[in-house]
Amino acid sequence: MISAGIDIGSRSIECAIIENGIITETRKTDTGFDPVSQARKLIENLSFDSILATGYGRNLFEIEHDAATVTEIKAHAKGAVHFFPEASTVLDIGGQDSKVIRFDNTGRVTRFEMNDRCAAGTGKFLEIMARALGFTTQTFGYAAESAKKELNISSMCTVFAESEVTSLVARGERPEEIAKGLHKAVINRAVSMLKRVSPDGPVVFSGGVANNAFIVKLLEQATQRPVLVPDVPEMNGAIGAALLACEK
Amino acid sequence: MKTELFKKLQQITEQNLIDIETHKQNGNHAIGFYCLYAPTEMAIAADAIPLPLCGTRNDPIEAAEEVLPRNLCALIKSSYGFAASDTCPFFRFSDMIVADTTCDGKKKMFELMSEIKPVHVLQLPQQQNMNLFLDPWKNEIIQLKKEVESLTGKEITEEKINQAIQLLNRERRALKRLMDVTKAKPSPLTGMELIEILFKIGFFADKEKGIDLINEIADACESLVTKGETPYTVKTPRILMTGVPVGLGSDKVIKIIEESGANVVAFENCSGYKKAFQVDESKDPFTALAEQYLSIPCSVMSPNQGRIELLEEMITEFSVDGVVDLTWQACHTYNIEAHQIRQFVTDRFNLPYLHIETDYSESDTEQLRVRIEAFLEMI
Repeated sequence: MISAGIDIGSRSIECAIIENGIITETRKTDTGFDPVSQARKLIENLSFDSILATGYGRNLFEIEHDAATVTEIKAHAKGAVHFFPEASTVLDIGGQDSKVIRFDNTGRVTRFEMNDRCAAGTGKFLEIMARALGFTTQTFGYAAESAKKELNISSMCTVFAESEVTSLVARGERPEEIAKGLHKAVINRAVSMLKRVSPDGPVVFSGGVANNAFIVKLLEQATQRPVLVPDVPEMNGAIGAALLACEK
Repeated sequence: MKTELFKKLQQITEQNLIDIETHKQNGNHAIGFYCLYAPTEMAIAADAIPLPLCGTRNDPIEAAEEVLPRNLCALIKSSYGFAASDTCPFFRFSDMIVADTTCDGKKKMFELMSEIKPVHVLQLPQQQNMNLFLDPWKNEIIQLKKEVESLTGKEITEEKINQAIQLLNRERRALKRLMDVTKAKPSPLTGMELIEILFKIGFFADKEKGIDLINEIADACESLVTKGETPYTVKTPRILMTGVPVGLGSDKVIKIIEESGANVVAFENCSGYKKAFQVDESKDPFTALAEQYLSIPCSVMSPNQGRIELLEEMITEFSVDGVVDLTWQACHTYNIEAHQIRQFVTDRFNLPYLHIETDYSESDTEQLRVRIEAFLEMI
């Protein structure tokens, strides 16, 4: 039995293939402005018995491929419990939303919360801020980690934070310190959501932002809880969907 | 059978505007009401038509934002926008507006509205301790009686009030009967159908016509239940919606829930079950009205234990599988109370609970769909 999971997010599309419980292949591409054809290209020459779609584009995929769908909430919980059976919480910071999900030992969701309709505190937020400060998303975390001083960024709205960053630059603050302030702002927001939804136990951290080692470190410090990051954190939703496809 | 009844509902809705006009041409009045707290009996007792004016559409919000702040609840902006842009026939028909000091946003908005039309504001106590607040509230109702008398030139006798109470009690019994048909599992009505009926009947000038139609629809639904005719199965998730009022135009959350395969069977809000009370006909009418109306469990009351009690009753009686708590953005009282409601629903019933904060616009439809689908996956 070969099952596939495809996670069509706002920024990227991931696909995972699971054969007899083993992940045999993963693929990734940008969503671009035409998610349907991007998804079509991504699954070209892949063979599978069943496929399950998740993410914002799941309903578009459902129409074209007559595939079943689940929400990314359910998929992320399933992926997290697969990699870390001892966990009951997942924090996912994706391209344009962030969410905290609490689940039982089978991966069944018991409570969840998602951020508001804007990109505050998400991957997109960090990406825009990195660019505004002359970093890439890959170097942003390292730069922030090298900061000597604590700076407080109060705006979480992407638009307002950008003007706050501009005024900090004008005041002569160093980009590394502003970068650290921005990282901390993202973590503060995630932590308050974590406290509301799931106040204890280890936290699985998924989504592309979990590739930023400094963010992971800040999350550990702020929560005083073990933070568990899958090898390819952005693949968690697709893997969860593939696992759910096996069950169907 | 359902299609015919909805056609009839639509016909009466269209005829209703003409009915109101005729009524006014005959020298009678119409009085606009915003919240459930104001006793509409006072209008009936002076042969005036009570019209529920609470704004439920997005269209007039832009006009409202010329005056009101953007970050105000959509219901207040919509209500004011209809008045300011003169786009609501029922507001136009109203000779006087009866409002109450429920939340901060509303009471300040009513000050602005009084520049457009005469607004009488009832000072609503924010606690239901009858020893302390029954008398002041009763005085407010007596004051309202005088205002209505001077508007209409008609004396509101005790006999007239008692008759009005009896009439509206009959209407409320019919409404409760209608809302109770969805206790059947599976229910014969969709939540959207139920909201449409409740919304449209509210404007009927002729109360007897309204009561007859409600009973006719309830009869039809009961026979659908007997025949087992329903759009649902016993497995369809049954959702109770609580929180802010909803109506046609502010129904997007109900739509998404039902598009995602569930059925909203109960509305614990003032468009729904909060209307289903009875005023004690054996007491002095002013005391009875004051007691019953002050007991309405809106989040403006502190504390608001009545909402928990009503939820307890409804979750059990409607065999509910999950609770959706709706807050209009910037409605602080419902937004804060959501925390207590979540605790109650999860601790007492161990049911999935979803709190949604949104407005009347369609801009977050897809984000809401993810939350609602994920919530339904929990059932």
